[in-house]
Amino acid sequence: MKLHIANGRLVDPAHKVDAQRDVFIEDDKIVALGQTPAGFTADRTIDAAGLVVCPGLVDLSARLREPGFEYRATLESEMQAAMAGGITSLACPPDTDPVLDEPGLVEMLCYRARNLNCAHVYPVGALTFGLKGERITEMAELVEAGCVAFGQANEAVLNTQVLMRAMQYAATFGFRVWMQPMDPYLSRGNAHDGEVAARLGLTGIPVEAETIALHRQLTLARSTGVKLHITRLSSAAGLELIRRARAEGLDVTCDVAAHHLHLCDVDIGFFNPLHHVVPPLRSQRDREALREGLARGDIDAVCSDHTPVDDDEKQAPFAEAAAGATGLELLLPLALKWGGEMKLPLLDTLARVTSDAARIMGITKAGHLGVGARADVCVFDPETYRRVSRDTLKSQGKNTPFLGIELPGVVRHTLVEGRVMYEGR
Amino acid sequence: MLNPQLNKNGELIHLLTLEGLPKDILLRILDIAAPFTEVAEREVKKLPLLRGKSVFNLFFENSTRTRTTFEIAAKRLSADVINLNVSTSSTAKGETLLDTVDNLVAMQADMFVVRHASSGAPYLIAQHLRNTGREDIHVVNAGDGRHAHPTQGLLDMYTIRHFKKDFTKLRVAVVGDVLHSRVARSEIAALTTLGVPEVRVIAPKTLLPTDVERMGVRVFHDMREGLRDVDVVMMLRLQNERMQGALLPSSQEYFKVWGLTPEKLALAKPDAIVMHPGPMNRGVEIDSAVADGSNAVILPQVTFGIAVRMAVMSMLAGA
Repeated sequence: MKLHIANGRLVDPAHKVDAQRDVFIEDDKIVALGQTPAGFTADRTIDAAGLVVCPGLVDLSARLREPGFEYRATLESEMQAAMAGGITSLACPPDTDPVLDEPGLVEMLCYRARNLNCAHVYPVGALTFGLKGERITEMAELVEAGCVAFGQANEAVLNTQVLMRAMQYAATFGFRVWMQPMDPYLSRGNAHDGEVAARLGLTGIPVEAETIALHRQLTLARSTGVKLHITRLSSAAGLELIRRARAEGLDVTCDVAAHHLHLCDVDIGFFNPLHHVVPPLRSQRDREALREGLARGDIDAVCSDHTPVDDDEKQAPFAEAAAGATGLELLLPLALKWGGEMKLPLLDTLARVTSDAARIMGITKAGHLGVGARADVCVFDPETYRRVSRDTLKSQGKNTPFLGIELPGVVRHTLVEGRVMYEGR
Repeated sequence: MLNPQLNKNGELIHLLTLEGLPKDILLRILDIAAPFTEVAEREVKKLPLLRGKSVFNLFFENSTRTRTTFEIAAKRLSADVINLNVSTSSTAKGETLLDTVDNLVAMQADMFVVRHASSGAPYLIAQHLRNTGREDIHVVNAGDGRHAHPTQGLLDMYTIRHFKKDFTKLRVAVVGDVLHSRVARSEIAALTTLGVPEVRVIAPKTLLPTDVERMGVRVFHDMREGLRDVDVVMMLRLQNERMQGALLPSSQEYFKVWGLTPEKLALAKPDAIVMHPGPMNRGVEIDSAVADGSNAVILPQVTFGIAVRMAVMSMLAGA
């Protein structure tokens, strides 16, 4: 199969390309850019005039809910959502049921995902068995099974000795450890500890829940030499700690969830449970710091933190409503909205959801569009705005705080290994 | 953002919180309540204002006092009252809050009086009624989590106005567990809206919410400083059942430092009134000598509470 994407604006952050350039694909590879290669006759030509052609997006956190939570979402439904969102590679956290702590489970998940022929799934293995924080997992075996990193999702490792040893063990092999900075005791709440929580009578989660956990994780990363990645940063104070750790030379990366770039605690309004997320939406000042931190590169990437939840679990009083927001189909629009508001070049905006994310995941096959690269491509219309609605979301979870909001960016074609897996209008 | 308790004409359709409620609505409720206090003194304690209406007392959290006063208020207005104690365990067994509501709507409810352990639960019900086109059904918040207890706040305002007349010349102290108290939040909202120039809170730091000053109060940790020259002392119940972790070392120490004794009360104005939403923990937040003393207006609060709840229900039913 030969495919010609014609007349598009190619934006490939990995190669610093932003230019009018055609893309030529043969089978699963990109074979040429710009000039038609000799003897190339396209079986299909996609006219991308007025559209952006970029690497398929790389999402650092998408809960696919399999195994164990199929009532919330299935691999099939969420893969369709990923395709509609232009996401061709994604990491999934280990908080499934059972937890991703056995090589067999990881192999099964990868096998199921491969058979669907959609986004490439890169599991994050559990750092400890059952995410209980007691016993470290068989990391070497898990990597063979397909894991790209190890983490605890939103679960803590209470025992500092276990955390230190887990990091030492991971560092032995050069494996990456992804940690959510959340002190489990201070995180027993459901909204940012500030004026809004005080007024609404919601139990507050102070910023110290993040900074104390970060101090602990950064200290151990320093002594163990592990490659540490901090997931879902939520506060200005947390960002400052990362910035300082990096300034002194520590090898640490971090990401932020797309909704944290646009929302803060005031948006909870009258107890809207769609705004119940983990970590909590913090103050306006925190949101501004995250937006700027991502623009400056102090935050490496933005992810969807896709967490589909079914309606019954969400239609409950704020504190009781299941936390999380669906996000696969909103990652690109929310990134574009942020980039536009920050007046960033499209190249920089897209880097945060493609090449930078791939670098954190440690995968070389995704996130770029050079000649010879795997033909995972997203073709989107950057100018058109579309209203987010329950009817148009492919994800089984309709739980997003952006319902009813118009967002920029409409995906027209998603290609995985040279095959057109999604066509939207 | 649309205020869910007002309709397009700015009329009250639900009573969910006192925060953000216009002053004239607060005062109107107090004005409507005034003649209702006399109903209790009649031989036939009934008015026909809610005749033929069904009021569901929907209590997801145990309460005897509040439920009883709502029941009396509804019955004095000639409504049919149905009491439902929905324990949270039964909802955990499957039926969601909104399932329960839908079932009661199908039974032709006209008004829900809702008590729930989670902040915001009555909002969820009000929004659900709006989404299903049933804004003719009214919701009265009878206490939600730590968030609000608007009828308690209103009856407290009624009591203050009864004894002190003018809100704009008062110094009021709210004492105790503000952090866990929906009563405190409703009181503070009402006091500031009604123009009380100085509202104080007195509590240890562990029992105050973050940024409590933003609610428009002065913060004191010392009872002797905080009570000086106040006109009204509003005590809060120390909610032992809500205590988590290390908020206080013991109730004995609490009483020693923050309990209201005659000696501490002597620092307030001589004619200061002492209020308490009940039930009281004697010897924990309040000394019996104060609770039973001449400054206490705790029992009149209960009586006024019925009139205020009658006012709220009749106002909503007429909206």
